[in-house]
Amino acid sequence: MKKVFLFISVLSIMIFSFSSNIVIRVPQDPDFLDPHKAAASGTYEMMFNVFEGLLKPSPDGKVIPAVAESYTVSDDGLEYTFKLRKNIKFHNGEIVTVEDVLYSLNRLKGNDKDSALSSDFQKYVESIDSPDSQTIKVRLNTRNSDFLVKFVAAIVPKKVNLLNDNPIGTGPYSFVEYVPGQKLVLKKFADYWGEKAHIDNVVFKIIPDEQTSLLSFLSGDIRMYPRINDIQAEMLKDRYNVIKGEQNMVQLMTMNNKVKPFDDKRVRQAINYAIDKDEIIQLVANGNGTKLGSNMSPIMKEYYEEGLEDYYKTDLNKAKQLLKDAGYSDGFTTTITVPSNYKFHVDTAQVIAEQLKKIGVNVEIKQVEWGVWLDEVYSKRNYDMTIIGLTGKLSPYDILRRYLSDYPKNFYNYENLEYDEIINKAISETNEDIRAALYKQAQIILTEDAAAVYIMDPQLTVVTYKEIKGYTMYPLYVQDISKLYYEK
Amino acid sequence: MFFKKILSMIITILFITLITFSVFEIIPGDPILSKLGMDADEAQIQALKSELNLDSPFPVRYINWLESLFKGDLGKSIRYEKPVLQMIKDRVPVTFSMAFMSIITIILIGVPLGIISAKNNNKFIGTFISFITQFLMSIPSFWIGIILIFLFGLIFRIFSTGGYVPWSQNPFEAFKALFLPSLAISIPSIAVITRYTKNTIIEEMNKPYTLTAYSKGIQANKVLLKHNLRNALIPVITILGMIIGNILGGSIIIEQVFSLPGIGRLLINAISTRDIPLVQGLVLYLAFIVVFINFMIDILYVLIDPRVKTK
Repeated sequence: MKKVFLFISVLSIMIFSFSSNIVIRVPQDPDFLDPHKAAASGTYEMMFNVFEGLLKPSPDGKVIPAVAESYTVSDDGLEYTFKLRKNIKFHNGEIVTVEDVLYSLNRLKGNDKDSALSSDFQKYVESIDSPDSQTIKVRLNTRNSDFLVKFVAAIVPKKVNLLNDNPIGTGPYSFVEYVPGQKLVLKKFADYWGEKAHIDNVVFKIIPDEQTSLLSFLSGDIRMYPRINDIQAEMLKDRYNVIKGEQNMVQLMTMNNKVKPFDDKRVRQAINYAIDKDEIIQLVANGNGTKLGSNMSPIMKEYYEEGLEDYYKTDLNKAKQLLKDAGYSDGFTTTITVPSNYKFHVDTAQVIAEQLKKIGVNVEIKQVEWGVWLDEVYSKRNYDMTIIGLTGKLSPYDILRRYLSDYPKNFYNYENLEYDEIINKAISETNEDIRAALYKQAQIILTEDAAAVYIMDPQLTVVTYKEIKGYTMYPLYVQDISKLYYEK
Repeated sequence: MFFKKILSMIITILFITLITFSVFEIIPGDPILSKLGMDADEAQIQALKSELNLDSPFPVRYINWLESLFKGDLGKSIRYEKPVLQMIKDRVPVTFSMAFMSIITIILIGVPLGIISAKNNNKFIGTFISFITQFLMSIPSFWIGIILIFLFGLIFRIFSTGGYVPWSQNPFEAFKALFLPSLAISIPSIAVITRYTKNTIIEEMNKPYTLTAYSKGIQANKVLLKHNLRNALIPVITILGMIIGNILGGSIIIEQVFSLPGIGRLLINAISTRDIPLVQGLVLYLAFIVVFINFMIDILYVLIDPRVKTK
């Protein structure tokens, strides 16, 4: 009897020690667990591990087959044919069928009864059919060369009601629980179709405050701290793993293109000449940032237009001259509205305010809550200048369409018909080289028009405990936990 | 009398909810944008808008809210997609036990310290306590919180820093998680209570009845504890009532510092995401607590000093 007891306890200790856990800090709650309703990048960062689309993003910023085993695109670029991967399972054990795929894609497209959840599907998709039990055909109404990346949208089971309470996908981790304001817990999915995850249990711990997060990291409560600020990272670099990389973000200072004095291109150019980006990168990011010249990070290799970074090489005389030409020889006073929860942008605003003083532009920094920023600045465009980071997207179209004059979130109030034309040409172009050239041309226009001050792609810094290996960078706002492992 | 008091309680609370509701009408910010963030697709925004029915005019929405309130339904949180009542229920134990532990600490340390320093007034120990309390009163509790985390969480590693475990799961761990935060809240209040107790006791000691008691031959300690203290307690309780309000307010910041999943942290999140149903529910709850505590303190007066009743 005693022996049996001993055996059981030894066994349970062994099982316990074999199940590995990781606790990761995230700053905010998910918006929706339902992947089609979710929009926040902070949610995608976590749920990337739970859901997969027909395709999924790869670390180099391409898309690779996931729920689909393979795909083809017709020559006219209008028809996408996907072959479903055989015997791929949802987290509830059910096999993924074409029915589920049809349901998911139709849910995004919407119909008379239910509103659409993706305006791209609603706008471009003409029909979604399945000729046989392994094939899905999606037909577009107009050519859209950047549409392929839209198929990373999650495939969800048709039969599950209340998807927001039961988020079931096909990813390497399955959902366990979400406690508002506290944590989101995931568990390794043993039946995953691809390379299985290494760590068994994942806890995303929600800690908004950076100082508290640092203390929790030091005390071992959390073991991985993504998006740590550079000062904290510098402090930790000797005892922990500090991983850095480009993150495909564009930090920029926008000037409301329809508000005086920024409706004058010369004023915007003057501001560009007055701002020293190298100094900002040094002071705010501790040198960990890549200087930008237009709305594209160099990580988007084939679409990135090189050489724009120093188009407006800091030159105070030129700046003053341009201001004089525009009729502001005495400078002017303006405000820069920044979201107070992003210390990085607030710090940048302070450096910029100092730099602009030199050409007689007095800047008052106005810190607002994130919610207020989204409402007043981003949505209602009621501001003079602001600083923000635009998170990376897989396709250049999704990055650059933010400047289209009819785009709902064109908060710069930028309007250039030539630009609109180029972007619209690029999206219907199937020749990859011509397409890239058009996107490059679009970047040049943005720079020449001085639509904004493009500052940097701040490096993503992640700290982990030494024994955690395998961290993989993506040019997207995600954490791929499935590749992490503990070094024995 | 009793009925009148309850009625005024209800009117006060309803008035508070109306004010909160109106404030959220005026201030900038939008619950849908706050929830979905910068990368929201226009289609997603529209879908959520029609689901939440936020377009109806302000009075209609307030009356709808009141109507469901009387049916016992506080609605669903916009930000968290969970029933408001459930969310408050989940959070109450954390804040309540923290507040309870703080009050106990404040009374158990503050009142005796006050007595000691009153007794030893003008002696070294009295001056020393005065000095310390003056010092502690001036420190904000969130700063004490950070220092406590630093000392006990990182250097001595006795207490965990953040990470709450429910009482039902492990009472010892729950106590450990709540000890530092409740200490951080109570320290400034301990100082306040100590000084207040000391001053009122000294005031009582100078009254003629104390002299009478001495002349009747009653021991000094007995006079102090039985007569002076009891008379001194009335103003101390008034202050304690105010301190309970402070604790609830202080817990908002302390929960943030210790990342405790309590009412305060939820309130901050609810306000910053303009989650009106959740804010309304929390304000209703907090207003009720404060009003209720004042009510209880009125009753306590009667218990300690029967003269209050006859007045």
